[in-house]
Amino acid sequence: MRRLTPYLLALPGWMWLAIFLVVPMAAMASVSLQTGNAIDGYAMTFSVSNYTDALGRYSTQLVRSLLYGGMATVAMLAIGYPVAYWIAFKGGRRKSVYLFLLLLPFFVSFVLRTISWNFLLADNGILFGTLKGWGLLPADFHVLATTFAVVGGLTYNWLPFMILPIYVALERVDPRVVEAAQDLYATRAAAFRRVVLPLSLPGVFAGVLMTFVPATADPVNAAILGGTANTMIGNIIQTEYLTNLDYPTASALSFTLMAVLLVGIFVYARVLGTENVLEAAAR
Amino acid sequence: MNPRPPLPRHGLPRREAFRLAGLSAAGLALAACGVQGQKAAPPKADEVQDFWSKQTKHGKVVFANWPEYMPEDKGPLEKFAKDTGISYEYKEVIQENADFFGKADPVLRAGQPLGYDVVVMTNGIQLQHMIELGYCVPLDHSKLPNFAANAGQKYKERAYDPGNKYTVPYSSGVTGIAYNTKYVKDDITSIQSLFDPKYKGRVGMMADAQEIGNFGMFALGIDPEKSTEADWKKAGEKLKEQRDNGLVRKYYDQSYIDAVAKGDIWLSMAWSGDVFQRQLAGEPVAFVVPEEGGTIWTDNMLIPKGAANPLDALMLMDYLYQPAVAAELDEFIQFVTPVPAVQDLLREKAKTAKGEDKKALEQMADSPLMFPTEADYARLRGYTPLDNKQQQVFNPIFQSVTQA
Repeated sequence: MRRLTPYLLALPGWMWLAIFLVVPMAAMASVSLQTGNAIDGYAMTFSVSNYTDALGRYSTQLVRSLLYGGMATVAMLAIGYPVAYWIAFKGGRRKSVYLFLLLLPFFVSFVLRTISWNFLLADNGILFGTLKGWGLLPADFHVLATTFAVVGGLTYNWLPFMILPIYVALERVDPRVVEAAQDLYATRAAAFRRVVLPLSLPGVFAGVLMTFVPATADPVNAAILGGTANTMIGNIIQTEYLTNLDYPTASALSFTLMAVLLVGIFVYARVLGTENVLEAAAR
Repeated sequence: MNPRPPLPRHGLPRREAFRLAGLSAAGLALAACGVQGQKAAPPKADEVQDFWSKQTKHGKVVFANWPEYMPEDKGPLEKFAKDTGISYEYKEVIQENADFFGKADPVLRAGQPLGYDVVVMTNGIQLQHMIELGYCVPLDHSKLPNFAANAGQKYKERAYDPGNKYTVPYSSGVTGIAYNTKYVKDDITSIQSLFDPKYKGRVGMMADAQEIGNFGMFALGIDPEKSTEADWKKAGEKLKEQRDNGLVRKYYDQSYIDAVAKGDIWLSMAWSGDVFQRQLAGEPVAFVVPEEGGTIWTDNMLIPKGAANPLDALMLMDYLYQPAVAAELDEFIQFVTPVPAVQDLLREKAKTAKGEDKKALEQMADSPLMFPTEADYARLRGYTPLDNKQQQVFNPIFQSVTQA
């Protein structure tokens, strides 16, 4: 019995995954190869052309999504790393307060937070209206409905998911290791580059994983903050699924996106040079 | 305890990957049977009679509607409960037709009840699907005397549901142009203003394929109700040109009204009731039905298949067609009521009202947005009627404009 206990304890988790992850995924894989329409029904025809058609029509939006996801991830890394570093090494006794402050906005719904950008960044709103009033900005300056707004929104919405894993990794770096490096005549920059940074890479990896994937697939920021040429693949999938009831195309696009993201992440893991990075991230 | 297996050093070991692949293949086989089609044959008349003759009053009804579509005190529903002894549950669960249909479809497809007895949906693709898929209970008009007596002729002759077989209108609205009077000094009368380079980057268009499609056709002098595939393509080109010349700021959902009111955009395709509510709030917005034409749409009440209390639902639908009840409802929602007698009732009420109330009531009774004149109606067109095949052509033409 004792030997079985861990398996029994893990059983609900596995059942959960099997029922709510594997089955829907399999169903989606099946639908992505069917043809038909919502009224007459769909039949399995193993039509791989669903994939080629969907890609042909929406490659622009797919590439754009990867680009926006990438840009947002780089921005998050640039903003998030110093913040995580500062909290981990300079936060002192108030670390938990800072972390709490970081998470505070996330008690508000994701969509509402994004809509509040519409209010803040309105052409004649509290920020730009004032600046325009002072003559600091041209009258037709605007941020909403631009690429910058969409990438900015993505960056804002997932920033804590970048900061937290990096913080956790840096938190574990023993300050004495840095001292040791300096005792061995490493400059502060060299100590960071050769000691702290490598030790924090698993955190960076986890952070990138947790932000790049959802940011790339997100339909909300493009819909609320974007303009006429900012449509992302998430918006297309939503339209195909809910408006056009074209379940095969929506499923094929979802799978394509998933495949591209998976390949991207494995390539990224290799490039980063941490061979056991998944293991490290899971630690 | 079992010894822990060594962690893989290079991603998933091959064995593991194969096992995963096997699992998904099994799932695939499970799911490969496909999704059943449900196209329903039209019901026979005696079947309908048979169904209704078996129904009895249950004393309760569940009404699923859109937000801000019923006075806050639920006046009309309270009166209904008092007069008929039927208790009601009112749920504001419908935010968007596509979204609602997307959620309802799997439930109804599986033959399960939705849990609502009355549902409100706009005429359009999703309502058409509801009817085609047999998701609506055919109505018994012998139990709709108020509808017969009080509904305007236009609301009895609707191309999307001839003879009101499945639906009766809840209220209507007009899609026209709204503009911010602080920034737009010209009198906007024509749809061409939406294509005027003067307003570059300040024009809002709607993301909905039917809405924007109609406006593209109006701009070219095409009647959407009689349009063909070639017309749709021409309209698509026209709208693409408008986009590529940088005129359009964004393709909006409901959020357009905020953008116009704040001045992010100066003029936009708009729904009448939204603008009227903003005007009463004192915001600088105006609404016109362009001379080339505007779109009239109708939100409709229907009884979804499997509803628990169909007779109570039918009684509620009919009750809302009493002029006094319709007037109370329309005074709050300020769209176009299907009951023309409401206009006189509001005028009468204005006579005895005082101050602000009097002014508001008079404004409503005279508003072309709530009571379009015959000349207004003459310029109004419905959505392009599309069958399932045509939708698969129509939608991509306009979605390739709005979702580039």
